[in-house]
Amino acid sequence: MSSKTVEPVSETPVNYLNASFGLRSWLLTIDHKRIALLYLVTITLFFFVGGVFALLIRLELLTPRGDLFTAETYNKLFTMHGLIMIFFFLIPAVPAVLGNFLVPLMIGARDLAFPRINLLSYYIYAVGGTFTMYSVVAGGVDTGWTFYTPYSSTYSNTHVTAMVIGIFITGFSSILTGLNFIVTIHKMRAPGLTWFRLPLFLWSIYATSIIMILGTPSVAMALALVAMERLLHIGIFDPRLGGDPLLFQHLFWFYSHPAVYIMILPGMGIVSEIVPCFSRKRIFGYSFVAFSSLAIAVLGFLVWGHHMFVAGQSIYAGIIFSALSFLVAIPSAVKVFNWTATLYKGSVSFATPMLYALGFIGLFTIGGLTGLVLATLGLDIHVHDTYFVIAHFHYIMVGGMVMAYLGGIHFWWPKITGRLYPDSWGRLAAAIIFIGFNLTFFPQFIVGYLGMPRRYHVYPPEFQVLNVFSTAGASILGVGYLLPLLYLFWSLKYGAKSPANPWDATGLEWMAPSPPPTQNFPVTPLVAWEAYEYEKREVPVA
Amino acid sequence: MTHAASPRTYVIVLLALLALTVVTTVVAHIDLGPGNSAVAMLIAVVKMLLVMLFFMHIRYEARLTRLFAGAGLLWLLFMIGLVMADVLSRNWR
Ligand SMILES: [Cu+2]
Repeated sequence: MSSKTVEPVSETPVNYLNASFGLRSWLLTIDHKRIALLYLVTITLFFFVGGVFALLIRLELLTPRGDLFTAETYNKLFTMHGLIMIFFFLIPAVPAVLGNFLVPLMIGARDLAFPRINLLSYYIYAVGGTFTMYSVVAGGVDTGWTFYTPYSSTYSNTHVTAMVIGIFITGFSSILTGLNFIVTIHKMRAPGLTWFRLPLFLWSIYATSIIMILGTPSVAMALALVAMERLLHIGIFDPRLGGDPLLFQHLFWFYSHPAVYIMILPGMGIVSEIVPCFSRKRIFGYSFVAFSSLAIAVLGFLVWGHHMFVAGQSIYAGIIFSALSFLVAIPSAVKVFNWTATLYKGSVSFATPMLYALGFIGLFTIGGLTGLVLATLGLDIHVHDTYFVIAHFHYIMVGGMVMAYLGGIHFWWPKITGRLYPDSWGRLAAAIIFIGFNLTFFPQFIVGYLGMPRRYHVYPPEFQVLNVFSTAGASILGVGYLLPLLYLFWSLKYGAKSPANPWDATGLEWMAPSPPPTQNFPVTPLVAWEAYEYEKREVPVA
Repeated sequence: MTHAASPRTYVIVLLALLALTVVTTVVAHIDLGPGNSAVAMLIAVVKMLLVMLFFMHIRYEARLTRLFAGAGLLWLLFMIGLVMADVLSRNWR
């Protein structure tokens, strides 16, 4: 981790990066900004491990025959791709990295409410990750990331128990992070910073935290029950012992559908920061964007049964879940319309973060609308468990969340590191990622609609052309993801020094120096303005 | 936020919980027909409330803390309610 510290130049003022040195000062830090960087490094590691699995999947699917891996190995590859990407990258990425870094800065506080719990949550995440990596190295898991019973609980001979323990442990990291954010946002806002003056990023982080603390216990218990069923045969899910296999799907999706909003809500928060900044306009309909985050957090918990339409769930429950799923599209659409209205008549510029934000809006919309297709009872019977589903949720998670995450990393990079990156490289990478992404996943909508099922390593030859497109796109996407890694690293040493507010943005975090000192603000700021006052840009710059 | 109750209260709550556990065990040996689950559930709910109100200090905490604890309870109802919507109507024709 110490390799990330910028070396001290004599005239550099003291900041959180050069305040102390040595591995110990990083690994035992209780500074929210350093903890954010610990997470950044670990999460990036997991992202590339999960990415390698994805690349192997796409290589196998280059040809219709199963010529690269056996069916069993292929099952393990897509399982571990899903598990690592979801539980160790997508869910923690924005809250644990950008949330940790920004929440105290955005509210004018010195740190989170519980700095030690914050460090603890990092180590819990690391311990959970270790169990998971052990399971991967020991031979992997083949249940799919969904762990459906009775296969996971009774039949699979792979390392399910270690994997389940890893995810169970990591869940506590998520809960503690959410708890920390909720208390911090309630209790530690600077004087004058009322709820309706908060940046929208914080509303979405707050809504995300609610999902984390109310949803995570459910999946943790469901997975613990799987482990107990494997070890002790207690008969919760095994029908021979009086259990109900569908109960697992209920408990699992009760968390795992809202988990999609844990991934996407913070992304929406990032976009709500970037769009006004690069349109030089106040956000359109602040309170609608704010409350739609809370609406998503609540409604998101009432729709999980749309994953079970063809699983044997009662048709009447299916009707209820289908209708509720349509309802949750409304707050998401509110956000998309409000961002678009913010662009209207703004003076829009296209720096790297803005390219990612615009990419997010388009790709998230495609992902969301195809979600409505899947929430329709009759249509879902046709496309259930096909590549249509794969394409849909990758448009949300990769096209949406990863785009927003990269947009956020680029937006706040000057604040985090004190350095500017080359914007032309940034825009090039954003374009490559956008093209690679669409080339990878758009063909999957078509091939899925034509009937190609997910989770098989062989497929009929007539689907090959579309799969070749998809694999080609994946390699472009891979290059696109490597580029930021390279030039962002480069900027740590060679990038120009960043001023406190390189984007001329509103928001308290931009009033602190770049990079901020350990205590963030020398004096607690007094807030007497709304968020996003871009039109009357008179916000004092400290 | 006056903190917590006297040790005496804790001992009484503990004894109540233990007594209810005994009641559950005894009742399990008596066949009440459809009342079996109802009685077991009733006792479980009473025990849960005792733990929440006293051991988890909800009774002595600020409004906001109670709100979040209440949200947890509401979310549990979401879960049980919609799971039951499936289980109870699975055999309807
Ligand atoms: Cu869902």
